[in-house]
Amino acid sequence: MAYLELDRVAKQFGAQTVVDDFSLSVRKGEFISFLGPSGCGKTTTLQMIAGFLDPTRGTIRLEGKDLTAIHPAKRGLGIVFQSYALFPHMTAAENVAFGLEMRNVPRGERTERVRAALAMVGLAGYEDRHPRRMSGGQQQRVALARALVIKPSVLLLDEPLSNLDAKLREEMQIELRQIQRTIGTTTILVTHDQNEAMSLSDRIVVMSQGRIEQIGTPQETYEKPASAFVSQFLGKTNDFAATIDRASAPARLIAGSWSAPAPAGRNGPVTISIRPERIDFGDAGLSAKIVTRIFQGNHWLFQCESECGPATVIRQNDGRSQPAEGEAVHLTWRPEDMDVRGVA
Amino acid sequence: MSRNGPLALIFHTVFVIVMVAPILVVCLVAFTPEGFLSLPTNGFSLRWFRAIANYPEFVHAFWVSLGLGALSSFVALLFAVPAALAIARYRFRGRDALAALFLSPLMIPHVVLGIAFLRFFTSAGLGGSFAALIIAHVIIVFPFALRLTLAAATGMDLSVEMAAVSLGAGGWTLFRRVTLPLILPGVISGWALAFIQSFDDLTMTVFLAAPGTETLPVRMFLYIQDNIDPLVTSVSACVIAITMTALILLDRFYGLDRVLAGKGDTGR
Amino acid sequence: MSASAEERNARTPWALTAPALMLFVGVLLIPLAMTVMLSFHDWGQYKGIEPVFILKNWREIATDPYYAEMFGRTFRIAILTTLLTALLGAPEAYILNRMGGRWKSVFLLVILGPLLISVVARTLGWALLFGGNNGLVNKLLMSAGLIRAPIPFMFTETGMVVALAHVMMPFMVLSVWAALQRLDPQIENAALSLGAGPVTIIRRIIMPQIMPGVLSGAIIVFSLSASAFATPAIIGGRRLKVAATLAYDEFLNTLNWPLGAAVATLLLAALVLIVVGSNALIERRYAEVFR
Repeated sequence: MAYLELDRVAKQFGAQTVVDDFSLSVRKGEFISFLGPSGCGKTTTLQMIAGFLDPTRGTIRLEGKDLTAIHPAKRGLGIVFQSYALFPHMTAAENVAFGLEMRNVPRGERTERVRAALAMVGLAGYEDRHPRRMSGGQQQRVALARALVIKPSVLLLDEPLSNLDAKLREEMQIELRQIQRTIGTTTILVTHDQNEAMSLSDRIVVMSQGRIEQIGTPQETYEKPASAFVSQFLGKTNDFAATIDRASAPARLIAGSWSAPAPAGRNGPVTISIRPERIDFGDAGLSAKIVTRIFQGNHWLFQCESECGPATVIRQNDGRSQPAEGEAVHLTWRPEDMDVRGVA
Repeated sequence: MSRNGPLALIFHTVFVIVMVAPILVVCLVAFTPEGFLSLPTNGFSLRWFRAIANYPEFVHAFWVSLGLGALSSFVALLFAVPAALAIARYRFRGRDALAALFLSPLMIPHVVLGIAFLRFFTSAGLGGSFAALIIAHVIIVFPFALRLTLAAATGMDLSVEMAAVSLGAGGWTLFRRVTLPLILPGVISGWALAFIQSFDDLTMTVFLAAPGTETLPVRMFLYIQDNIDPLVTSVSACVIAITMTALILLDRFYGLDRVLAGKGDTGR
Repeated sequence: MSASAEERNARTPWALTAPALMLFVGVLLIPLAMTVMLSFHDWGQYKGIEPVFILKNWREIATDPYYAEMFGRTFRIAILTTLLTALLGAPEAYILNRMGGRWKSVFLLVILGPLLISVVARTLGWALLFGGNNGLVNKLLMSAGLIRAPIPFMFTETGMVVALAHVMMPFMVLSVWAALQRLDPQIENAALSLGAGPVTIIRRIIMPQIMPGVLSGAIIVFSLSASAFATPAIIGGRRLKVAATLAYDEFLNTLNWPLGAAVATLLLAALVLIVVGSNALIERRYAEVFR
């Protein structure tokens, strides 16, 4: 049973369709990410849920009630903005207390809840600081506390970590995940960072040009991408031109000098894609030459020139010796690690 | 996509009407066919524009204003551009005090400046001369010339100059070939804004101008003191038209909000 | 090698600013000092200016109630003008800021443009609109049922305040506009999502943040209104004197330069005190918030 439901939602600005045919049902307590490049409509969708924009078509329901009929101030959603949008003239505590004030929560309870919320995000003792006197990470935590203290039915996060540096971002990801697990608030995260989406979410909604490309768990979207776009966007991938030859028996799939038994269905020219870390160097397979070899600590990164064009290979640094630049190699992979698509 | 409610839009409409009304009424009255001040109800006439030609004082005052504005803005830039570069580029002792001094003509009432210059130039034997007017106007337009040049110089990427130096440019060549072209939009806008300020100044100039060096605003003011007839409205309409043209050009060229942002913060 | 890079660096800014500095010392600071000196000189109908050091002019200003009344009027007009521009200009800037792209720049041009149009022309416009008891403004107000009898605008303080507010309005709109630009564009949505209504958003979120803009606009408007010349001279006529018009009279009609210089010096001193004082107050008040 769906907690939050979007049913064929669309948004147009003039003649331009920004979001189209967006359907999604979110379970209570779930952590969902909207993932896609900028301009894919993910923020627009979030703003429609928040009520800052009205959908052109379709409905948004929360626990069966039509959300679009409710004024944004009455929706009771918690939102963390990309810029945090903290009130600069109020202290951290006053920022967090604002939503409770609007709900006429009595002073005593208010103080207690503000204290608890700030403690939860690790800011106990920072009550009287003004936002401008806080670091980016601290401001981010205040924004999170401010959104959570009103016990929102859904927490909406609009690129909340994009203004933090890499190390802090990783810390905040872990913390965000823990807080969300503890209090169990249904959460929607908008992000363009596939690592962030994969490490935080229960399910990812991959979007492109206003449309949903795929909805699935992080593992599903990575391992079984529904489209070329998804496989390109979620990490690096190698695309090779190949052919399925049904004339021979048994039918085979051939890419250069690599071949395997053909999967059922397709015939003729296809595109196969394989993740770089699933390719191994073997005695037989796709002939290639190593162009560059880059050491990256826990792994090696190879750029090869193969019979089917450029290829990227990642090998774990397990202590074994690796081929050198200029060396001729053969690339092999297991048929189940590759994704076969028709030629567009 | 307007996010304003109907009440806000009504307020806005009334506000804009009130802002435009006095300017509009001057321009309308200028077209009256009557011999007295009235809105042109019986058709439009250009008689009061033609009448300007019969008052050589106005025509002469216009040329004085034009020359004064062009020249004083140019001279102000000669001083302001190097000063702006120094203030934008270097952190030196006295920098803030210098900047405050250079912007101070914005804070000193023009009536005080008028008196001070009148006293000064009279003692120096330059009372009522065009030279005195130029020097005085250089001072009052200096902050505007400085502000816009400063904004351009601060916004300039310093590494571009370093690149030029590394390629062998230096001194005057560096300034003429690299720095000046890059800050030129700011410099030209500074000149335009300075020109408008000079062209419009009444309060200070009224103390300094003598017959023969009266500027257009001074001539208009003195004329109004004696009699208000449609002639001043037609002269005003011409002034408004000239300013509007300059304004639209400035807006196209540089963006009016940027130009005016340099003017708005005078209280700082 | 000649001077080291650092020595060159220390000399360059002074070399670049020296011409402007000399200009300002020579033709701004010295004339201002001479004016202050002038205010202590003596003057007589037949003997002209006598370069002596006496307090006669200052005593006259301090004791003659005419000057108290005149300065009172000057600052009363300036305060009312400032209030009027703040009350109308701040909401207008807010409305303007919420408009869509093209309309925004059109109306910005319409509202800020007058800033660059001759003050004489603008004031002349008001003189035409006020024009006696059956001027356009009175006709309009009466037909709208807002007033019963015509309000005298010409040669009154009311008229001066209205015309001055119009002249000064762009400064206020511009200043508040600048403050609004510094606002986080999502700030209203943040308040909205926490359950705040439109009135609360304006009162609790927007107002406190644009207050520094309103105040610095108020300082500009106040100091320019208190020293305004053209508008009070044209609308106020020959009888209702303010500081600037009085100083003008002393210099160019009565020819009592020392007394005029004293009036001007007092005006300058009062304004510098007020402006510097309120700037310091604003900075202290908002230091915590707007670093």
